[in-house]
Amino acid sequence: MTDTPKTSLAEQLAARFGDTLAISTSRNETVAELGAADLVAVATALRDEPAFRFSELIDLCGIDYLGYGQTEWDTETVSGTGFSRGVEGQAQGRFDWAGRPRGNGENQPRRYAAVIQLLSIQHNRRLRLRVFCEDDSLPMIPSLTLVWPGVNWFERETFDLYGIIFDGHPDLRRILTDYGFVGHPFRKDFPLIGNVEVRYDPEQKRVIYEPVSIEPRVLVPRTIRDDADLVQARAEAADKWREN
Amino acid sequence: MQEIRNYTMNFGPQHPAAHGVLRLVMEMDGETIVRADPHVGLLHRGTEKLAESKPFNQSIGYMDRLDYVSMMCNEHAYVKAIENLLGIEAPERAQYIRTMFDEITRILNHLMWIGSNALDLGAMAVILYAFREREELMDVYEAVSGARMHATYYRPGGVYRDLPEQMSKYRESPWHKGADLKRINSWREGSMLDFLEAFTADFPTKVDEYEELLTTNRIWKQRTVGIGVVSPELAQQWGMTGAMLRGSGVEWDLRKKQPYAKYAEMDFDIPVGVNGDCYDRYLVRVEEMRQSNRIIRQCVQWLKANPGPVMVKNFKVAPPSRVEMKEDMEAMIHHFKLFTEGYCVPAGETYAAVEAPKGEFGCYLVSDGANKPFRVHLRAPGFAHLSSMDTIVRGHMLADVVAMIGTYDLVFGEVDR
Repeated sequence: MTDTPKTSLAEQLAARFGDTLAISTSRNETVAELGAADLVAVATALRDEPAFRFSELIDLCGIDYLGYGQTEWDTETVSGTGFSRGVEGQAQGRFDWAGRPRGNGENQPRRYAAVIQLLSIQHNRRLRLRVFCEDDSLPMIPSLTLVWPGVNWFERETFDLYGIIFDGHPDLRRILTDYGFVGHPFRKDFPLIGNVEVRYDPEQKRVIYEPVSIEPRVLVPRTIRDDADLVQARAEAADKWREN
Repeated sequence: MQEIRNYTMNFGPQHPAAHGVLRLVMEMDGETIVRADPHVGLLHRGTEKLAESKPFNQSIGYMDRLDYVSMMCNEHAYVKAIENLLGIEAPERAQYIRTMFDEITRILNHLMWIGSNALDLGAMAVILYAFREREELMDVYEAVSGARMHATYYRPGGVYRDLPEQMSKYRESPWHKGADLKRINSWREGSMLDFLEAFTADFPTKVDEYEELLTTNRIWKQRTVGIGVVSPELAQQWGMTGAMLRGSGVEWDLRKKQPYAKYAEMDFDIPVGVNGDCYDRYLVRVEEMRQSNRIIRQCVQWLKANPGPVMVKNFKVAPPSRVEMKEDMEAMIHHFKLFTEGYCVPAGETYAAVEAPKGEFGCYLVSDGANKPFRVHLRAPGFAHLSSMDTIVRGHMLADVVAMIGTYDLVFGEVDR
């Protein structure tokens, strides 16, 4: 809380790091995008320099941009053609392992990113960093364990769920999934129903793994609507408010 | 000379002091810990992935089941993230209700914590007393949402419904009758707010009772003073928040520093510890219960005086009333669209954090403009805390590990998600 500088965080970051960071601000949240090669140097500076002092790494998580912005239910051009039933598509929950989407998402050149939330207790500020992985087939990011040791488990979790490899991590084991689990379940091409199911087999007298027997099922199609009607609704609500 | 080897010990996942499903593999040198390796994930349900497959509102119920002893605080982080992206704000009365229920939740959580932690360290009685008060507060949960634990009460744009005019009463039964029945129903004659007023007037004396059992108790102090010392530097390096950070003397509380809901208007103090050991964190949490009590009283006062809407009037987000729906075509359409398709959240990303009883509970939400989230990440305080286990318990005795698990205030619903 002490000596909060007068210039905004985004300006300070731009002045200090220049082109290394691509900075944007929305809803009072500052986001900086940077390349994997610069990550450790930038992180160390953000932690140590008195202008920033991001002493805590609050969170690190992975994200898979495959299928970002894809919709299953087209609502914009339907006035001429009629509505589809919205049951086709490859969004979350629609496919099993055999039918998983394999295209590498033309509209999203890079799939995997790690998102880091930093907190400066001294300046009472937050900052979000986003690091894209260059290679989709072997996503790799340098580990931050030497900068903030607390990132250890967050990186393990991201490795477990997204298969992002953190170079230099001392103990990159799976953490949340089962012992001997195959695949990275939070990737967008991993089926929601999973791959295997577990049961106790009374004949063999042990727990066995079998291919899943349930069918993928989605009740509500994924649809994207222009948020213009939200603005409209807000205006309507404001009107109604005055009536009351 | 005989060769002495360290041996490996398995603690949990089925162990009463493991607070659920923690499996702790420890390398021991006699009674001393050389290395502790927590194995988590036995309760992993993939909440974040499930949330990607359904409309925004349908995941609120999953949030209750993360940290299943501080239910509404988890909901608060999630709905706050959605509200950020939608650019809506809950009406003032809903904000007060949320503040009040966050604090009720904090008391619920700390009661559970004080009871089970004392039980772990050999004080049997505390949990029995703690559950006496928990029961009353769970009745408040039930009165407002119909469920004692998994409330699903917060909604983007407000809360599901206004506070009830009546508090549920005990019925006559072989166990409750006559003067006894009258006594236990005496707080329940009026509305829920009257009940809370009576409860909060009485609660500080109940906290005194717990303190009498523990604060100066010789055994309790032997088990907690100087155990699991966390320095302020260490706490920050390991991403600790909440009582773990405040116990080490860092005055950091999101309710004060980055106020949300109506915390800016509330009068309360942040307790901080000095030594950063288990005992200081105990004192911090006990004081937090007293402060929560103060906040609840202020909210009750305001809520009694200020009736009003508890949900935004935006029908793209909030359903119209039943009556409106029956009479108005437009309202009918809104209702249908809202419950079949949900609402679309503008593309963008946000991180919303609340001061949950255990620390900072955050929700990182990415939307691509659809009616379902593109990515939800839930930042659970317990996950960050538990990761520091190895560093902190090295060199401690085996029994201190139990004290440490207790002081982390772990709930595996949120650690494993």
